[in-house]
Amino acid sequence: MERHLPILPIIVPLMAAPLCLLIRQRTLVFGFALGVCWATFAMVAVLFMHVVYADTGDAASPVATVITYELGGWATPWGIEYRIDTLSVFVLLIVSGIGAVVLSYAPRSISREIHCDQHYLFCSAYLLCLTGLLGITITGDLFNLFVFLEISALSSYSLISLGARQSRKALTAAFQYLVMGTIGATFILIGIGLMYQMTGTLNMADMATRLDTVSGPRTVLVAFAFLSVGICLKVALFPLHAWLPGAYAYAPSVVTAFLAATATKVSVYILLRIIFTIFKPGFAFESLSFDTGLMVLSLVGITVASTVAIFQTNIKRMLAYSSVAQIGYIVLGISFASVTGLTAGIVHVLNHAVIKSGLFLAMGCIALRIGSVELDDLRGVGRRMPVTMFAWVLGGLGLIGVPLTAGFISKWYLIGAALESGCRLVAVLVLLNSLLALVYVWRVVEVAYFQEPPERHSQVTEAPLSMLIPTCVLIGASLFFGLNTSFSVDVARQAAEVLLGVTP
Amino acid sequence: MNAILGLYNYWIVIFLMMTGFYIVIARRNLVKKVIGLNIFQISVFLLYITMGKIEGGTAPILEAQNFTTGEEFQVYSNPLTSVLILTAIVVGVATTALALALIVRIQEAYGTIEEDEILERDLEM
Repeated sequence: MERHLPILPIIVPLMAAPLCLLIRQRTLVFGFALGVCWATFAMVAVLFMHVVYADTGDAASPVATVITYELGGWATPWGIEYRIDTLSVFVLLIVSGIGAVVLSYAPRSISREIHCDQHYLFCSAYLLCLTGLLGITITGDLFNLFVFLEISALSSYSLISLGARQSRKALTAAFQYLVMGTIGATFILIGIGLMYQMTGTLNMADMATRLDTVSGPRTVLVAFAFLSVGICLKVALFPLHAWLPGAYAYAPSVVTAFLAATATKVSVYILLRIIFTIFKPGFAFESLSFDTGLMVLSLVGITVASTVAIFQTNIKRMLAYSSVAQIGYIVLGISFASVTGLTAGIVHVLNHAVIKSGLFLAMGCIALRIGSVELDDLRGVGRRMPVTMFAWVLGGLGLIGVPLTAGFISKWYLIGAALESGCRLVAVLVLLNSLLALVYVWRVVEVAYFQEPPERHSQVTEAPLSMLIPTCVLIGASLFFGLNTSFSVDVARQAAEVLLGVTP
Repeated sequence: MNAILGLYNYWIVIFLMMTGFYIVIARRNLVKKVIGLNIFQISVFLLYITMGKIEGGTAPILEAQNFTTGEEFQVYSNPLTSVLILTAIVVGVATTALALALIVRIQEAYGTIEEDEILERDLEM
């Protein structure tokens, strides 16, 4: 059992997804899916302890190890290898943790937003999406990564289209995401094919040793171009973010919270793997200056998306644009290609996942009670739903990056990395863009606290506990990671050091 | 000349890829978009299959003999690319099925599958 632990987080939800279709009965399905999600989280947590603390049991001096698992016992370069290092286990922990918390929140929210005949389908698609996202992070095989990418993408298209009961725009948003997502995935497939042609292997670690980026043919360049464009589409890096706002705005609240926290983050993980494990920064950054491109795109993306967010009247759409901006911060951290920069990027993967899913869950509570997430309908909601709105404000402060919140930690390291590499202008831009975040968070606070609630909201009460607790857990986690960085920053730094091949 | 005729398989791939990509971007009809997406994906399938093929190579079966001459084969094609693309075909079929299902739902909700008319109807709301 112990020996097969690395594959269990994939197998368990994958097998559970079709079982959901057989069970069908609503409460049983939810109970079953919840059990599976929390079991997956527990397994990942065990893996995390193994990898990060290397079984020494000493939390103070983490030693990184790598767990490998050969699928079906086939030796590595030929068979599929599952490879878990610090970075992958960190992302695994985020995905499975958020997946479990969000599903605990789901039953009440879903019963309003999705037709009750479709609840078992929701659970099934949710588990498949979880499988895909975990699979991408765990696998060490490039083609296997593509297959998991498509599993998670296909299930997320159908999850988004479940929002059709609320608004028919969910259907067109899902279709647009499908077209863009498939183009992105096909670009990645072309890149993988060309890489296979060049190296004759699909194992990422093996590929890295065989790849001749110095004197190799131009095919390597073309492969890199296809891979990076395809992944940037999945990451929703500006200007390839067009699919994201619609998809997040019209999906059911639960789906938005889950996807916003995990899908783009896992794509960031693929970007890191491609740049740092396969091509190495020497090729991608020094000889191609891919870092300058990423830095410019992320800075423009942060500014444009934050500005557009200010003018949105639908709060979910506003948060979606804010997601595009926050992804910009993550990519900005990566583009410094230094340990501090990567630490900032990786730690923001965790911080943003926690903050943004908390915010979307709070929005889901409001959607349950008020039935709308339009700014106008939120008047005086701070008085009717004090706990929910207070949680939202705390999350919003995290987005801005106020001290004592998780967002501050990310920005602190980001600015530190900018100053370290001598880009003072970038540091100033990061600070200025935090002001834009302040504007769009303040707009909501003003409407929710300083305006009279309309007559028709006199019956509105606080959200049920089953939804309030998961929301508060995530918002509380975002405050925890703002106060206590020993977990998040240390692990992110370890992951950055492993990626850059520096020994501490 | 050799760059064109000798690599004709790659030219077919590029032609199909660009055709499919163009259809996806330029057509406003959702079904036509899906057709374009399919052509785009199929060009990649061809790219994979064509890179595994070696001229004069045969299926990789050990100790297989040429029926006419009785000699053992020396050159084998790479079967792995075909196997990989079998998986990608399945993914492609699933994508197409999901896309068509979404189009059916869009037709039910909007009464049209032309992108311009869908946008108009959303604005009317």
